[in-house]
Amino acid sequence: MNWGTLYSQLGGVNKHSTSLGKIWLSVLFIFRVTILVLAAERVWGDEQSDFTCNTQQPGCKNVCYDHFFPVSHIRLWCLQLIFVSTPALLMAMYVSFRKRGVRRNLIANRRDRPTQEELENLKKRRLPITGRLWLTYTCSLFFRIIFEAGFMYALYYIYDGFQMPRLVKCEQWPCPNKVDCFISRPTEKTVFTIFMVASSAICIVLNVAELIYLIIKNLMRCSTKHKMSHVYTDHESKDKAVSQNKINERFLSTADSDDKAT
Amino acid sequence: MNWGTLYTQLTGVNRHSTSLGKIWLSVLFIFRVSVLVVAAETVWSDEQADFVCNTLQPGCENVCYDHFFPISHVRLWCLQLIFASTPPLLVAMYVAHRRHEDKRGILCASRSRAKQEEDLESLRKRRLPITGALWWVYAASLLFRLLFEAVFMYALYAIYDGVWLPRLVRCEEVPCPNEVDCFVSRPTEKTVFTVFMAAASGACMVLNVAELAYLVAKAATRGPARRGVRKGQADYAAKDKGLLQMMRNETLMASSSSVSSACKAV
Repeated sequence: MNWGTLYSQLGGVNKHSTSLGKIWLSVLFIFRVTILVLAAERVWGDEQSDFTCNTQQPGCKNVCYDHFFPVSHIRLWCLQLIFVSTPALLMAMYVSFRKRGVRRNLIANRRDRPTQEELENLKKRRLPITGRLWLTYTCSLFFRIIFEAGFMYALYYIYDGFQMPRLVKCEQWPCPNKVDCFISRPTEKTVFTIFMVASSAICIVLNVAELIYLIIKNLMRCSTKHKMSHVYTDHESKDKAVSQNKINERFLSTADSDDKAT
Repeated sequence: MNWGTLYTQLTGVNRHSTSLGKIWLSVLFIFRVSVLVVAAETVWSDEQADFVCNTLQPGCENVCYDHFFPISHVRLWCLQLIFASTPPLLVAMYVAHRRHEDKRGILCASRSRAKQEEDLESLRKRRLPITGALWWVYAASLLFRLLFEAVFMYALYAIYDGVWLPRLVRCEEVPCPNEVDCFVSRPTEKTVFTVFMAAASGACMVLNVAELAYLVAKAATRGPARRGVRKGQADYAAKDKGLLQMMRNETLMASSSSVSSACKAV
């Protein structure tokens, strides 16, 4: 189980997402997971070994490190990325459940066995985001936003902001008095923290935009369905299509004759 | 998630690039990513552990290291490579979107299954010509690549006051008691690699500029040539559009006639 496996799972979900969902997935994996794995983990690699306190009291450094870093940034980001990816995986599970239902009906209701080709088509088909799928997708977006915001707030709350200080003053037992402790690479850590927070904010904005898009699309679909309930409108659109077709046929025939001439 | 995954993604993009784009990708992966992973990361691995200051004051080394190396060269290069690789991935996303639209057009058509399969196969193998909207997307990706490369090179130059790493730095930060001598680990080796990576980045920028100039020149020459055979070519594009519209109309008519027959039944 590693980021690569998660990537392949989420790549499968991508097929049923909207365009904004696909952009969200790219931002997630290029700017967050890749940077976390390739760069941020190195920066935080020596966070405890190079955390130095101005004391010789055994145990004081350990206790002070634990007091100021209850959960490391890296672990918080790992958890955030896993939680944020989970709703998308639930979507994938729902889609495969739906497809299995359709496949079972196809096999049960037809007198002759459905061909391998038809089953293959069913597997490749992209389900439109309507009805229950729409509801599931919207819920998954909602949970993604909640998890992203929750973890961002947790990071802000635990570390009192996004900036890492150079010096922290520690009074925990067994330190004999107020002791100066120095954090390793604070500037580099601040740069990466701000970068990851900015990427997280972009992901929240994309999720909100996608949610709004889905709601608007659903409302438009409902109003179109209401209009289509009138019979005369069907005839109108049918007539329009017939006349457009005649225009196209005439156009194509002239293009064909031109081809033959050249 | 590692450089290998990024490499797989980018080689997929390669098919739709120009020859200069393919050379750029090779330079990127051979001279920059490989050198970074295989050599540079090892050289910088002990950058803090072997950064030594002439003092026993606890915390002075940490603070002086942080003051002189706000962000490590290796991290800057990692970010630079990731940002420079992102625009080609956006081109790949656009190409995939275009293919998806064309595929939908083919599947909507009520032609024979065999003809559809043939069309889909040719679509999958076909290399989209860099014209029209794809030209704009590709040119924009080149501009962004140039911008990111230049910004990161400037950032490296500004933070470290050049590409040369000194052996000795003098530090007066609190809690150091006075001006303290601090010694950087492997300064010459680091300077060599910094110069190498800056040169490779410069070469990539030159390739990007050349590719942009080539695309602009190609578009400019295509303009007058198109005017000569404009009628014929425009007809081909319009013929495809007409066919696609006819297929859509057939689907629309089929669905509307089924709805009207259902309504009549009611």
